[in-house]
Amino acid sequence: MTQLALVIDLNVCVGCHACVTNCKEWNTSSPTAGPMVDQNPYGKDPTGTFFNRVQTFEVGEFPNTETVHFPKSCLHCEEPPCVPVCPTGASYKRKEDGIVLVDYDKCIGCKYCSWACPYGAREIDEHQKVMKKCTLCVDRIYDTTMTAEERRPACVRACPTSARLFGDIHDPDSEVSRAIRENGGYPLMPEWGTSPANHYLPRRKTKLRIREDELERADNPLKIDQQLPKPGKAEPSLDDVTSW
Amino acid sequence: MHPAFSVVFLTTLIGAGQGLFLALFTVESYAAFGLLPLQSDSFYAVGSGVALILLVLGLVASFFHLGRPERAWRAATQWRTSWLSREVIVLPAFMGTVFFYGVAHWTGFNPELAELPSGAPVNITAVLGTIGTVLAFALYICTGMIYACLRFLREWHTPLTVINYILLGGASGFTLAAALAAVEAPAVMPVLAGWALIITALGLVGRVATLIRNARLKPKSTLQSAIGIKHPKIVQKTMGMMGGAFNTREFFHGASAAMLRSIKWMFLVTAFVVPLMLLGMGLSQSAGGLIALAFFIQYLGLLAERWFFFAQANHPQNLYYQSVA
Ligand code: SF4
Ligand code: SF4
Repeated sequence: MTQLALVIDLNVCVGCHACVTNCKEWNTSSPTAGPMVDQNPYGKDPTGTFFNRVQTFEVGEFPNTETVHFPKSCLHCEEPPCVPVCPTGASYKRKEDGIVLVDYDKCIGCKYCSWACPYGAREIDEHQKVMKKCTLCVDRIYDTTMTAEERRPACVRACPTSARLFGDIHDPDSEVSRAIRENGGYPLMPEWGTSPANHYLPRRKTKLRIREDELERADNPLKIDQQLPKPGKAEPSLDDVTSW
Repeated sequence: MHPAFSVVFLTTLIGAGQGLFLALFTVESYAAFGLLPLQSDSFYAVGSGVALILLVLGLVASFFHLGRPERAWRAATQWRTSWLSREVIVLPAFMGTVFFYGVAHWTGFNPELAELPSGAPVNITAVLGTIGTVLAFALYICTGMIYACLRFLREWHTPLTVINYILLGGASGFTLAAALAAVEAPAVMPVLAGWALIITALGLVGRVATLIRNARLKPKSTLQSAIGIKHPKIVQKTMGMMGGAFNTREFFHGASAAMLRSIKWMFLVTAFVVPLMLLGMGLSQSAGGLIALAFFIQYLGLLAERWFFFAQANHPQNLYYQSVA
């Protein structure tokens, strides 16, 4: 069975909101999900429907703090608590690829599913009066009129730092499964047993260790036995002489 | 959670309607077994009419909660998994039963269908009343389970939620029935007022037990588990928007802690203490006016109780929405 999902690398995300913008753009103009209407877009308190938000947290105490940018959207849980509570069957999880979707023609806007999602991933559309949430760009990823490169979620394509990976987490050899396995990928709020499909990769300290012998060749035969006076660094070495 | 007035009215109105019907049928059952004098049909007919009005008002209120009320019929389809769907089915079924129960009494069309071994007659109204009783309890359970089944909302995720829906609905319904009986059937007023006293007292016990339980709850989700970073000190700097979102409007009640506290004391007094006193006085003085007053005050108190019920529930998603920037 396939379970499509996003893997979001918190070590890489720079909090630029490009995914938010591109998500809104694609889904507003898409024939299936859109429009995603805003209220007061140019007024004092602009608000509207989004599938994806980027939040920022400060971890630690000054001066030892780190800023963590945290993109958040529907996690396409493998045990989605939002689905069984829906009285109309508008919320459903697709068998073939595990994407959790809302049928906008069936939804009555009762908001019950949003109460049942611990992550706050669902937002009502105040204009259409139906519940909306991330579709994993189901209207892109199967569109064969697009090139393979384009057949990925809009947020993934927009991310300038490649912090967002997309793929099948049930395929052990996929890029996302490998990323989860090798970089300590984790789900959010594991305490509720929702088994979110989306995973996050933790912050990692990236350190480059350089030893002195890597800067200056220790195995230079001219220098090993100290037979000759150490040539100046600007002098051509044997390598320089022989490599042309 | 943000208390939606549509749901506050829906749950309190239908709760009282169900309780009123249960009270009517209690009296009829007592009379069938000769424990109480037989009452005129008009008492049951008027009572059913009032119960039906409450149920219809509740149903109307519920439509204000829906974004797309014209599609409400679809909500009956997922009864296998959704308590909301079950409620959507049971409510009209119950309303229909109350309607026919009232009509049978109104028209006096009440043939005997069978006889119990003891010799007590089984009339149409007895059958309808039994069905109605089952449906009334089923409806209480559905309404309560809509909230009790959400395991993340730990203030609601307890059998006490269902018990309280039964007791509080029953209390207001029996009080209303006693007030009606004071006008229509004075002979049964003391029995009904007595039951109203007992159920109101039980409701107070159930509600206080819930308050004590919820005061001791420790949140299961933390900011650490919400974003998966194991550091004791994490502060949200921005939630990704400044003008608010559905998430900031639907899940926060926006009232101060002091306001919440005062509403708690207010509903404890108006939904329980004052009605208990008025019922006691009404009972001892056989004063229907006091009992009617008890119902109105209790109903207002239950509105406050329901507001508090919603406001007190703290949704884990709120962890993600703490700082505007
Ligand atoms: S993140 Fe929320 S909306 Fe998405 S599948 Fe999980 S429970 Fe449902
Ligand atoms: S808001 Fe729509 S999708 Fe959500 S539970 Fe209600 S009908 Fe189902």
